[in-house]
Amino acid sequence: MIRHLLSAADLSLEDATLVLDTAEEMSRLTEGRSVKKLPALRGRTVVNLFFEDSTRTRTSFEIAAKRLSADVINFSAKGSSLSKGENLKDTALTLEAMGADGVVVRHAASGAPYRLASSGWISANVLNAGDGTHEHPTQALLDAFTLRKRLGELAGRHIVIVGDVLHSRVARSNVLLLATLGARVTLVAPPTLLPTGVDQWPCAVSYTLDDVLPSADAVMMLRVQRERMNDAFFPSAREYSRRYGLDLRRFSLLPAEALVLHPGPMNRGMEITADVADDERSVIVEQVSNGVHVRMAVLYLMLAGAASDGARDERRSERDQVNGAVSDGARDERDQAAGASDAATNEGAE
Amino acid sequence: MSRDLHSSRAVLDDDDVARALTRIAHEVVERNKGATDLVLLGIHKRGVPLARRLAERIAAVEGVDVPVGALDVTMYRDDLRMRPARALEPTDIPPGGVDDKIVVLVDDVLFSGRTIRAALTALDDIGRPRAVRLVALVDRGHRQLPIRADHVGKNIPTSMAESVKVLLSEVDGHDAVLIGRRGEASEVVS
Repeated sequence: MIRHLLSAADLSLEDATLVLDTAEEMSRLTEGRSVKKLPALRGRTVVNLFFEDSTRTRTSFEIAAKRLSADVINFSAKGSSLSKGENLKDTALTLEAMGADGVVVRHAASGAPYRLASSGWISANVLNAGDGTHEHPTQALLDAFTLRKRLGELAGRHIVIVGDVLHSRVARSNVLLLATLGARVTLVAPPTLLPTGVDQWPCAVSYTLDDVLPSADAVMMLRVQRERMNDAFFPSAREYSRRYGLDLRRFSLLPAEALVLHPGPMNRGMEITADVADDERSVIVEQVSNGVHVRMAVLYLMLAGAASDGARDERRSERDQVNGAVSDGARDERDQAAGASDAATNEGAE
Repeated sequence: MSRDLHSSRAVLDDDDVARALTRIAHEVVERNKGATDLVLLGIHKRGVPLARRLAERIAAVEGVDVPVGALDVTMYRDDLRMRPARALEPTDIPPGGVDDKIVVLVDDVLFSGRTIRAALTALDDIGRPRAVRLVALVDRGHRQLPIRADHVGKNIPTSMAESVKVLLSEVDGHDAVLIGRRGEASEVVS
C-alpha cells in the first residue's frame, strides 16, 4: 500500500480494489455490533488539519479514526494558530514535534498535501482530504464504493459527471479512479466550466446532458462552487439550472436502475431538484455513511502496518544522522532488533 | 512421503483428516451433552472450512444445524504493526450472535497460541459467550502463551526448524497435513 494518499492516480487497480474490499469488511465489522471499535490503530495519533471549512469530510475522518481506536486531534483554521498567520511549514513542524502518525489535510491551495508529504517536514503519512481545485481522493473512493455496492463491478460501466468540473477536486479524483477501475466516464459541463487540458483526461466530454443520460449507469451531480468563482462562468443561475440541472424530466431519461450521486453539500434547485435528490435511486445519504467505512479502510491500510513504521524510522534516522545524534552502532543495533522481531513474526504466522 | 527433512512429507492424508474431524465432532457434542447453544467459529483461513465440516458431521450425528461463522483476527494480532497492513478476510457472525452461547473456535494448526489470543480478544468485541472451547486439527507444540486446545485432531511434535501446513480441498484442492523445512512446505503449496 502507498505511503501517502495525495491523488486518486496514486492508486493502482490492486490498491484501489484492496481499499474497496477492506471498506466492505469495515462496514460489516461495525454495523450492528455492540462494540463498534476496532483496535487496529490503538496508540496511533491522527491529526485532522483543516485549513478550509468542512463538515462531512472532517467528521467522517474523525469517526473513522476513532472507530479504529486512534487518538484524533482536530486543527481547524478557525480557533487555532492557523488563523494567527502561522504558515504551513511551522504548523507541520509542530505536528511532527507532537508525534503525529497520520495527517489528514485539507487546504485551499492545490498541492499543499504534496508539499507536506514531500518536504521532509514531517514523517507522518499524509492523506489528502481536498486540496484547492485539485483532488479529493477519499471522496472518489467512497463514490466508487457506493457505485460498486449498488452496481457490482465497475469495469465497463458508464458514469456521467455533470457540472462545475473546473472548480471540482471531486471530478478530477473520480475521473482518475474510475478510469483505473475500468469504468467509462463522460464529463458534462458548459465549456466555461471545463478546465484546460481536459482532453488529456481519461474520459469523454459533452456539452449536452440530454444526449448522455440514456446510456448512463450513474450520474454524479457536482456542486456549483460559487465561492471559488470570481468571473461570470454562466449568464444566470436559472440558465445553468435549465441546461445542466437534474430535474424530474431529465431523471426520467435515465435507465431504470441508474443511480444519482452528489458529493454534497447540495444546492437544491440549482444543480439538482429536491424531488430527484430525495428519490430512492439517489444514494446521497448512503455516500456519507460509506465515507466512514472507506476512510477506515484507508487509515487502516496506511497506518496499521509496518511499512509506514519502517519508513518513519528510516526518515527519523536520516534526520538524526544529519544532526549527528545517532552513531552507526546504535543504528545497527536497531536493525538487528528489527530483524529479530521479523523472525518472531514469521513463526507466529504458521 | 520420504522422511527426508529437506522436502515436505505428509503426516496425515485425506482419510486421516476425515477420521480426525469425525472424532472431534463426536467429542464436541459429548463434552457439550448435545448440540444445544453451540456456535462454531472458524478462524481464517483454513479454520473456516474446518468449522463447516464439523457442523456437517454434528448435523449428521445429532440432527441439529449448528450455526457456523468465520472470524478474522488480523486487526487483533499482536504483530499487526510489525508487518505491512494485510487485507482483511470476512468476519461472519451467525445471526443469533454469541451471547450466552458455547463458542467453539476452530483453527487448523495450534502453534504459538497467539492467533487464539487474538481470537479471544476479537470475541470480546462481539459478545459474551458462556464458554469458549478450542478445536485444532493439528497441535504442533511450542506454545508461547498459556493456551491449550480442548479437542485436537493430531498432536505432532515438531522442531522449530520445521513448518506444518494443512491443506484442505476447499482451499487447496485436496486434504493433507505436511511437515517441511521452514519456508519450503509453503512453497510447495503456493
